[in-house]
Amino acid sequence: MSGQGGQDAKFFQRGKIQEFRAELEAAETKDKKFTKRKTVLKKIVANITMGNDMSPLFTDVVQCLGTPLLEIKKMVYLFLVCYGRQKADQLHLVIESFLQDCNDRNPLVRALAIRTMSYIPTPVVIEALTDQLRHCLRDRDPYVRKTAAICVAKLYAADPRKAEKGGFVEMLRDLLLDSNATVVANAVAALSEIGDRQDGVIFKLNLTVANKLLTALGESSEWGTIYILDSLLRYVPEKHEDAEMIAERVIVQLNHANSAVVLTAIKILLYLMNYMDNRKLMEYICRKMGPPLGEFSFLSPCEVQSSHIIIVTLLSSGPEVQYVALRNILLIIQRRPAVLKNDVKVFFCKYNDPIYVKLAKLEIMYRLAREENAREVLAELQEYASEVDIDFVRKAVRSIGRLAIKVQPAADACIQALLDLIDTKVSYVVQEAVIVIKDVFRRYPGKYEGIIPTLCQHLDLLDEPESKAAMIWIIGQFANRIDNADELMDDLTYTFLEEPTEVQLALLTAAVKLFIYKPHSDTTKALVHKVLKWTTEEVDNPDLRDRGFMYWRMLAINPTVAGEIVLAEKPAITTDADRMDRGALDQLLLHTGTLGSIYHKNPEVCCVDYSA
Amino acid sequence: MISGFFIFNQKGEVLISRLYRTDLKRSIADVFRIQVVSNSDVRSPIITLGSTSFFHVRANNLYIVAVTKCNANAALVFEFCYRFITIAKSYFGKVDEEAVKNNFVLIYELIDEIIDFGYPQNSEADTLKTYITTESVVSSSIAAEESSKITTQATGSTNWRRGDVKYKKNEAFVDVVETVNLSMSAKGTILRADVDGHIMMRAYLSGTPECKFGLNDKLVIDKSERGASDAVELDDCRFHQCVRLDEFDSDRTISFVPPDGEFELMRYRSTTNVKLPLKVMPTVTEIGTTQVSYVVTVKTNFNNKLSATNVVVRIPTPLNTTSVDCKVALGKAKYVPAENVVVWKQVSSFAVSLLPYSCVPPVTRIPRIQGGQEVTFSGTAQLTSTTHRQVWARPPIDVDFQVLMFTASGLIVRFLKVFEKSNYHSVKWVRYLTKASGTYQIRVSGRLFFNQYHVEYGWLTSHFLMKF
Repeated sequence: MSGQGGQDAKFFQRGKIQEFRAELEAAETKDKKFTKRKTVLKKIVANITMGNDMSPLFTDVVQCLGTPLLEIKKMVYLFLVCYGRQKADQLHLVIESFLQDCNDRNPLVRALAIRTMSYIPTPVVIEALTDQLRHCLRDRDPYVRKTAAICVAKLYAADPRKAEKGGFVEMLRDLLLDSNATVVANAVAALSEIGDRQDGVIFKLNLTVANKLLTALGESSEWGTIYILDSLLRYVPEKHEDAEMIAERVIVQLNHANSAVVLTAIKILLYLMNYMDNRKLMEYICRKMGPPLGEFSFLSPCEVQSSHIIIVTLLSSGPEVQYVALRNILLIIQRRPAVLKNDVKVFFCKYNDPIYVKLAKLEIMYRLAREENAREVLAELQEYASEVDIDFVRKAVRSIGRLAIKVQPAADACIQALLDLIDTKVSYVVQEAVIVIKDVFRRYPGKYEGIIPTLCQHLDLLDEPESKAAMIWIIGQFANRIDNADELMDDLTYTFLEEPTEVQLALLTAAVKLFIYKPHSDTTKALVHKVLKWTTEEVDNPDLRDRGFMYWRMLAINPTVAGEIVLAEKPAITTDADRMDRGALDQLLLHTGTLGSIYHKNPEVCCVDYSA
Repeated sequence: MISGFFIFNQKGEVLISRLYRTDLKRSIADVFRIQVVSNSDVRSPIITLGSTSFFHVRANNLYIVAVTKCNANAALVFEFCYRFITIAKSYFGKVDEEAVKNNFVLIYELIDEIIDFGYPQNSEADTLKTYITTESVVSSSIAAEESSKITTQATGSTNWRRGDVKYKKNEAFVDVVETVNLSMSAKGTILRADVDGHIMMRAYLSGTPECKFGLNDKLVIDKSERGASDAVELDDCRFHQCVRLDEFDSDRTISFVPPDGEFELMRYRSTTNVKLPLKVMPTVTEIGTTQVSYVVTVKTNFNNKLSATNVVVRIPTPLNTTSVDCKVALGKAKYVPAENVVVWKQVSSFAVSLLPYSCVPPVTRIPRIQGGQEVTFSGTAQLTSTTHRQVWARPPIDVDFQVLMFTASGLIVRFLKVFEKSNYHSVKWVRYLTKASGTYQIRVSGRLFFNQYHVEYGWLTSHFLMKF
């Protein structure tokens, strides 16, 4: 190959329409090898790239179509794809040339012509295309057929009525039985796209077609494999055996080098397992896949251990794909927390992992934490808590707290770690620690209150609403154990009117609690009075005002009952709250590998295609 | 599916912009420029704004970007971006701004071919080169027959190989390249030790050769009931698309028709019985508040016929280091203030030996580290007192190296057989290389992060000894 020979960088310069027009005119004479035209066209393409509007040159550029040079033709076609829709009234100038190419002896030229035409969805071009497309779908060359298949999807996007009336959807269905795997794969892709449209025809597979597609699977390219695998979601097995037979043929794809193939295969296997009955096969599939194992509770933990964890291998791919895999693993382990429990080490961060990989690993780590590995996980989290990236550090600190809440035997060590972190006096670390410690107090009442004095020493470091509110909650809740609670509260309320609502709410409740604990102290009386007066008279926020009135009346009517209500026992805190709803999870697992599975949101919510 | 494909340079200038669907406007590039290129803190390779998602991969100074407007298969989009980079490398030798600008017309041709309406199509560089070339082609000069050969090839079941390959000498080179990932805590516990293996093949074989490949994989050996003494356990393996996955699944044979030239045949992972080629034993001691002393010993852990080359040990120093005096018996060690590390290199005789003998520099030919050998670095870092606390990430000690003819996993190629119609004789070569680059890390840690000096120095040290 001539390889690195390109010398086109010099064309990357802004030019004027007039100049290009003149140059094109000049090129009409004395341009034997068409080098002049080639040069001008390259300049024009470069200018399109840079965002300059080259559409005024439409008629001039179209003139070059007569040049028998494929390179020039391709550049003109690119120009047409860019500006065709804008210049719909002049497109009739090029139809003739398109039609000629559609009937060229060279299959590459035929395919190029229909591919380009279908990129210009204007009535004139579509009209010309429909006839040609019909021939091309039956072309003897597979390359033309595979291009034509995608053209049908484009045609459908532009004019669904025409595509349906013209019988193109049926022709696409016929292509599913084509002898060439690439053609089959593209027909599947096109039909799936059409089937996904709300107004589109329904695309479902029956066993015969599914079987046919599976045969093509062995011969198609990696991308074709993905389109075919994806389409299997449209097949609803009627018998266990059918699902099992298909699964057996999909399993082998788990060893594919392309991680998109692997993730799509996992998705299909997960789907098919809903219809399967053969325990042995299911166990085998699970062992091959690893993580989705948890779908089946009849498997003992030792089987989990011996699994070949395909999905973990995806972590040796590029960081972007790792990220996709990690977000999916997070879904899978939420569905079955027992899964991957012996593999927490795989998710330890490397120093040079990109931040998004680190954050995704961090979220998985604490979820895989159990009594047996809590020490290791904690040691890692402590390590991360001293890194540089603030967001990462905060999440690490938060994870330490969650670990304490999740794994009771590790709670002591976690609290010690949090105290060590507070000792660093790094503002954001301290704030994050205070926030999680509040939850730890609720999880283990009566166990760790001894550390409150340490927390109180760092009151000045708290400048964010969430941490401040957490600290105020702690002061209020344990006002009976903090000797100088009234002093602290007095200081904190000093700036009451400037605080954000979150903090004001916390202050209000804490002041009431303080008063209930120490009803006879003059300071607390004055304090609660002051706060209630502010909330009911000076603050505009209705929530705050309502709550103020409520407390005021409760205290006025019966302080003892008020005390019972305000200091009532709180429901226990668990980490289950961060787990996703089962139905939503199952739904998301059917979108394995897609954007929805990364954002953990139903695809209809997170990325709707409004144009469809 | 993919609605648009872009390439940006570091400044955010558009070098390539191609829309595949009418749901996007060209100006979408500005959004990416603002959100990603000019954003100094990009925290995800995917950014979704409304219904538009931007997927980006960095390659040298470029951003390779795909834009979608649907719930796209994210893994597919990234795999496609990686593939584009591979193709570009194969065409232009390198992927950077210069290469893209110099070949932008060709790139437009390529991306018109490898994505249709957002669906990735045949993207095998070898086949693409038969009809998308850097030379100008006159339409009529491609004979129709020639073209149908190409199209059959591009859509066929072995679309990665041309049928008409001819070599005078039929050779196949197999390189087993293993990257060791090690993460060791300051206390010497192995947090993570595993091997990412790649089997690269360079096939220079005529015709349509049928290859069979065998390893000392435990599962294979179990099957044939042979002694499993030298067997390795592979956690998982994934293959190039040329390998017949159904055959691998049924009887674990790796059989395939290889692409012509270089390709990655197989990728695997091993986590059991990983043989760590180098032991690193650091002792870091804080002397008062103004000095930190280091003793780092590296010991090779393999047969003395082998040796480690290209060894580079990077020892991080506190941010307020002013100087480090380095003592080494082997190699050269130097404090690099800009990176806050001491770089200790074994000036590699491997690299040197590639030069003709006459060019060998006469002065420093420091030998490689032989198997069983032990080398030590000792040094003392002088610190300035500072009241300004700087956050220091405390990077781990990082060791890069290469060991030829050694596999950390223990993997061995048992056989490679080539069958071809014409029954030619072929020569097969196998090489093994175990390496680490940025993946072999020993943490320098400390509980002393919380000690009393911390506020003053922002750094911590501790005594520790590494155990293997």
